[in-house]
Amino acid sequence: FVEERSGVGSVLREYGSEQNLLSKPDGSASFIQGDTSVLAGVYGPAEVKVSKEIYDRATLEVVIQPKVGMASVRERAREQCVRETCEAALLSTLHPRSSFTLVLQEVHDDGSLLSCCLNAACMALMDAGLPMGRLFCGVTCAIDAESQIITDPTAQQEKESRALMTFAIDSKDCSVMMSLTKGSFSVKELQQCIAVSQKASERIFQFYRDSVQRRYSKIL
Amino acid sequence: MDAVHSCFKDKLGQAVLPGDVFSFAVSAVEDSAVRAEKVICGPGLRRNGDEILVCKSGILRHKAPNLYWIDSQQKRYVPVKGESVIGIVTAKSGDIFKVDVGSSEQASLSYLAFEGATKRNRPNVQVGDLVYSQFIIANKDMEPELVCIDSCGRANGMGVFGADGLLFKVSLGLVRRLLVPQSEIVKDLEKIFPFEMVVGMNGRVWVKAKTVQQTLIVANLLDSCENMTAQQRQTLFKRVAEGSL
Repeated sequence: FVEERSGVGSVLREYGSEQNLLSKPDGSASFIQGDTSVLAGVYGPAEVKVSKEIYDRATLEVVIQPKVGMASVRERAREQCVRETCEAALLSTLHPRSSFTLVLQEVHDDGSLLSCCLNAACMALMDAGLPMGRLFCGVTCAIDAESQIITDPTAQQEKESRALMTFAIDSKDCSVMMSLTKGSFSVKELQQCIAVSQKASERIFQFYRDSVQRRYSKIL
Repeated sequence: MDAVHSCFKDKLGQAVLPGDVFSFAVSAVEDSAVRAEKVICGPGLRRNGDEILVCKSGILRHKAPNLYWIDSQQKRYVPVKGESVIGIVTAKSGDIFKVDVGSSEQASLSYLAFEGATKRNRPNVQVGDLVYSQFIIANKDMEPELVCIDSCGRANGMGVFGADGLLFKVSLGLVRRLLVPQSEIVKDLEKIFPFEMVVGMNGRVWVKAKTVQQTLIVANLLDSCENMTAQQRQTLFKRVAEGSL
């Protein structure tokens, strides 16, 4: 189990992750940000239904399971965000006529759930060994009533915020791959939030590298 | 060493992540004094224009003179031409058998691809049998095809096997470690007691020892060596050999 404590003056909550913790899926990971926790499982390349088959690339299916009850419209919207981000990172043309399935189980939601889902998804895809051209991570920013930017907000901070944005950041040139925003904000605030997220993403990518290093340390 | 090799050098034996790039100064390669050197990219590495892109997480390995690849611990098998795997026959249809090898698609195996098989003399293969066979066709666009003979028409160890014994799955990384010539895990294991083992590149391992109990011990030991250092493994094996476990 890998865990990193955020340093003094840092903006992200404490985060940790574990790879390959489930036996059945081809790749799995859990990701914890503060009290928010998500479990991800990846199956693939596997057989695909004829109706969903794409002749020149793999079909990616993302399922988000809420903690209680049935998946609703909110989960569907999140699924689409995660799917489009993963599709951009995966080299799906290397496995035509097959399927990748990503199942994300919400374990606990204490804010920044979508960014936690994105991080868990990336760790699980890496664990499954699916071909990827780049990595991605999710960062959530909230703008509170005093126009302060809070990264990785808790559920309470999210509720009190004026605007809430989640970005998926790419590991190659730190560009924005996906964004989901709620509330009102100015263009300048958006630019500031992107800059803050890009800064935070560097630490998450370093964390990815450290966890992979630790995982493979036994067979060096 | 020239420019191409030196860009890999400081990452050798270390963990790399998808999206990492190895680039080298093209001018250094094009220099008339240096002749163009070939680099072979194995699993996990892809050429992307002038640079080499990593597309899997794992450890960067090198084999002299110019082969580089990523050693990763994955569970799902992707067929590769020439690899030997353990398949399970799932259906007989006409003149081919359908074989499950754990990949995204079932492989086909012709009934003529067995030693001594002719149109009149069909091999005795039933649904559910295990076959040790080799990929003769494996690419992303076509159905994979298996054979149980080598190019001379000899079985060469391939064919139906496994009357008793136990089949189980391990990670592909462990399988590769078992198949290394003079593998240390196998060497340590065979000191405990004699057993038979068939290892397929698709992560399936079949073992059979003198008794059911011994078979289970071997299977459990193999399963547990996955995440152990050499020292931990040797201590565990020693304790098993002494009968204290």
